[in-house]
Amino acid sequence: MFGAGGGTSSYVDAEETDLVLLWGSNAREAHPIFFHHVLKGLRRGARLWCIDPRRTSSAAWADAWLGLNVGSDIALANAVGREIIHAGLQHREFIARATEGFEAYAAAVEPYTLARAEQITGVPGHAIRELAHAYATAPTAQLCWTLGITEHHNAVDNVLALINLALLTGHVGRPGSGVAPLRGQNNVQGGGDMGAIPDRFSGFQPVADDTVRRRFEASWGVPLSTVPGRHLSRMFEAMEEGELRALYVIGENPADSEADGTRARRLLEGLDVLVVQDVMLTRTAELADVVLPAAAAWAETEGTVTNSERRVQRVRRAVSPPGAARDDLDVIVDLAGRLGADWGTVTAVSAWEELRTLSPVHAGMSYDRIEASGGLQWPCPTDDHPGSRLLHERLWCDPVEGGRAPFSPTEWVPPFDELTDDYPLRLTTGRTLDSYNTGVQTGAYDPPIRRGRALDLAPVDAARLGVAEGERVRVSSRRGSIEMTVAVRGELPEGLAFTTFHFADDADVNVLTVDAWDPKSGTSEFKATAIRVDKLTGAH
Amino acid sequence: MDLHVGPDLANDAERAAVERVIAAVGPSVVTVGERLTLGGPHRAAARRHLLLPALHALQQAAGWVSPGALNLLADALGVPPAEAYGVASFYDLFALERPANPTVVRVCDDIACRLFGTAAIDAVLTDAGLDDATRHPSPCLGVCDHGGGALVQRVGEATTCLRVAAGAATPVVEAGPLLARARGVHPTSLDAYRSTGGYGALAVAMERGADAVIEAVTASGLRGRGGAAFPTGVKWRAVADQHGRARHVVANADESEPGTFKDRTIMEEDPFALVESLTIAGFAVGAAKGWIYVRGDYPRAQDRVGAALAAARAASLLGHDVAGSGWSFDIELRSGAGAYICGEETALLNSIEGYRGEPRNKPPFPTTHGLFGLPTLVNNVETLVNVPHVLLAGPDAYRAVGTTESSGTRLFCLSGHVARPGLYELPFGVTLGALIERAGGVRDARPLQAVLLGGAAGTFVRGDRLDIELSFEGARAAGVSLGSGVVMLFDDTVDLTDTLARMARFFRDESCGQCVPCRVGTQRVVEWLQAPTADAALLDDLDAVLRDASICGLGQTATSALRSAQRAGLRIRGGAS
Repeated sequence: MFGAGGGTSSYVDAEETDLVLLWGSNAREAHPIFFHHVLKGLRRGARLWCIDPRRTSSAAWADAWLGLNVGSDIALANAVGREIIHAGLQHREFIARATEGFEAYAAAVEPYTLARAEQITGVPGHAIRELAHAYATAPTAQLCWTLGITEHHNAVDNVLALINLALLTGHVGRPGSGVAPLRGQNNVQGGGDMGAIPDRFSGFQPVADDTVRRRFEASWGVPLSTVPGRHLSRMFEAMEEGELRALYVIGENPADSEADGTRARRLLEGLDVLVVQDVMLTRTAELADVVLPAAAAWAETEGTVTNSERRVQRVRRAVSPPGAARDDLDVIVDLAGRLGADWGTVTAVSAWEELRTLSPVHAGMSYDRIEASGGLQWPCPTDDHPGSRLLHERLWCDPVEGGRAPFSPTEWVPPFDELTDDYPLRLTTGRTLDSYNTGVQTGAYDPPIRRGRALDLAPVDAARLGVAEGERVRVSSRRGSIEMTVAVRGELPEGLAFTTFHFADDADVNVLTVDAWDPKSGTSEFKATAIRVDKLTGAH
Repeated sequence: MDLHVGPDLANDAERAAVERVIAAVGPSVVTVGERLTLGGPHRAAARRHLLLPALHALQQAAGWVSPGALNLLADALGVPPAEAYGVASFYDLFALERPANPTVVRVCDDIACRLFGTAAIDAVLTDAGLDDATRHPSPCLGVCDHGGGALVQRVGEATTCLRVAAGAATPVVEAGPLLARARGVHPTSLDAYRSTGGYGALAVAMERGADAVIEAVTASGLRGRGGAAFPTGVKWRAVADQHGRARHVVANADESEPGTFKDRTIMEEDPFALVESLTIAGFAVGAAKGWIYVRGDYPRAQDRVGAALAAARAASLLGHDVAGSGWSFDIELRSGAGAYICGEETALLNSIEGYRGEPRNKPPFPTTHGLFGLPTLVNNVETLVNVPHVLLAGPDAYRAVGTTESSGTRLFCLSGHVARPGLYELPFGVTLGALIERAGGVRDARPLQAVLLGGAAGTFVRGDRLDIELSFEGARAAGVSLGSGVVMLFDDTVDLTDTLARMARFFRDESCGQCVPCRVGTQRVVEWLQAPTADAALLDDLDAVLRDASICGLGQTATSALRSAQRAGLRIRGGAS
């Protein structure tokens, strides 16, 4: 947000807010820990609004669920913004003091009338109006989103459209008010914080910034490239172009998780060398030339994780890794040694201490302090800094400290994969409570609540296709075709189909998905695939 | 919300019953077209209070609350099915198994009625053609003045209560100001009520203002008639002082103490008095809503109060503009469903809210955290109907009646072996002997063995303690309790062990089960009374743990009558001797 890669609020802000707006997120299932905090907020009287194409189990907790068309988020957000402005509910004083670009934003959202938004999104105009008034008039509000916003070819614009609403209403940087992208694992935030982003060093410091880069060069004693690395989508492009010939994959399973999975697998197979380091023998590992068995970060290694509220917490080794599995850190240090760089003895503590000298937001976090406090939230720049519950409190200083927060006008564009008579249904994907992503960590268990691996269809679509619950059907997109089992689900509006991507062995959903991706984020449009469903004929 | 209802489905009658109850507000989840759904915990919470009325509707429609009906109801109100089952199974008047017989009769076998056997009520039931009905024994139905009664539940029909000397008005024998209308004034006529001074007190209240009303109630020395004798004005002030919060007033008409029938009599004979009094209370404390929670076994009282509410509403004495004052106030009638514990005020609040009628921990008290968590005034019916007289006569004149610490009159419920059972309104301070004298003495002029004062949770005194002064201070000095005004006589033929055993079973049956000492302890007292030899130390232990470790009065007073009988040296056989 406005340059920092983390949610502006803490979990406690979801508990102490007046309104939670869950947009493109089925947190009840995909972020159950965060959702516990939302439930505490509801118990204290907070209202919950859910914006999602599906009436999810999160929506079942909502005061109102708005079922928008897949990929129409910007139209909805802009219409909400326009309604707030037309009703005079924007936070004028905050806008004047802490933001810039309001006039251009107001002009950009002007065409998004309630009527037009209803036509694009499918949501009744009066409901959009009520959402606008509820969000704008709530004393405090949390705006939370997940992959429903970011797994689109225009993901960054989607995010900006939502941030515009927070700026418009002043719902940012105050207790109970903020914007929060929810993280799917206990350490997604930590991965980004540590520099696993193509153009950033640790602590979100730009590679292109000379001062920053020199600091890292001085510490590491080597010159560093000014050229940003490639994100995942670009790596696959580079493979296709023959430019990228060797790949070292740590804890990722792109053979199952990439959109247009047929293409992804073909490219991985075509590499000169593929090294995979993972806790399980994943589909990607099966394709590898070398597999390095890794210790599980949880319970088998020392270190830290950072959660969605930017809180750095200690994890400890409780058991020894099985067999030949080794700590990722040891594997990397040994590999560096084989490649000619002697890093000496590196431990979790020594790596952390080095980080503190290079990343200002982590500088005040010693292991002792993290342990004593039960976790510290960055930014924590000094040894006596208590950590930060909120980001961007500066916007409420008068005058504002640092730069103003910019409005970013956005325009709605439809999903890349068009609906046509040949491909008339919109397939979107998501997660369920019992499973995680491609199932590397969850597929081996058989929880009683699991129902997954089906193609969910709206009752009206199932009836039109003449298919029944439990029937096997052929599902085709412009990229591929697979067989799936039908489940008829009342929470889906007409024209929308849903499936999880947890069970690639059974239903290889990413054969269908489109790899159109956002040039700014590198994220593929998993959420919007045009498909056709055909009854199976003959012997199968 | 994560609600999972079972596969059982409701039938059409059950569906219609639930739909009628929720018609005004709609179900907890509403689908507005394919792209908009309204729901969530707040919408569900706002409907939870309809659970008890809906259970009544289902019981009446089908004769039981079937699994399918419970599923439908849980879904419609957004209540977890297990919680809905927990509530339905809490109350005696709801059946959770399909009844073998469309008519169920609950015949009172409690301590007063059992003195006279069942021949009289049997005859009434036979006359009513109810010989084939399924019969259950019932705890006190509040018709002790008649000497026998039975509650009749019939599928598809409203519940009724049959009394010995069926149709007879309550034998009101001595009437003071509170019962002035109880003999002769048409109880369902608003005109009759007004022509006898009714609604004059509300006019006075509105003219003088809320503060003046509370000051008058405080100055009158009026104290609660439900049993705790708390100064009424102090309670009203505490609720009125909760500025900036919505407030409720509640009339506790869940009269269930065995031997008590005073509130029933007021509601049946002078229902407008309760409506006017609660309206004055709402005006004084600044409430927007009032509730009258009438015990489920009082169908006639419910009918009369319901009719009075409708008439008051039609005359704009309730509603958006009460008596042309611009003040908005309305009263909702709620029926209990057969649970003595709901007379405890916080249990009553839980019951209205649609939860099991289990008492809450106190503090916080209802004055700050009552109905729906809001400041709430809860007063007994008899307490409330004193207020118009305080306002009309003035606090000094009111206070001139009674004793120093007990101002005004008191309703005494005389039953058992008394010559003329019935309701007696007399100034506080009358002696027990004088009261019995007024009632014609002991029935058949037999020797008086004992008197039970205050009900099952009260105290026994020997038949020769006729000098006790019936006032709060007199009762305190004598070590007895006035409770709800019960004065039950037992002549020398009565086996008091049987009476005590019935009381012990009553407390065991009516314990809500929340506190283990009460849930288990009340059963141990039943067993103690059945034991062939007395174990005094065991009873001491039971007594101590019940009093110390129960959160409400039920457990705390469950051994009170037994202990008082022992102290008084009354004849008790077996383990109790």
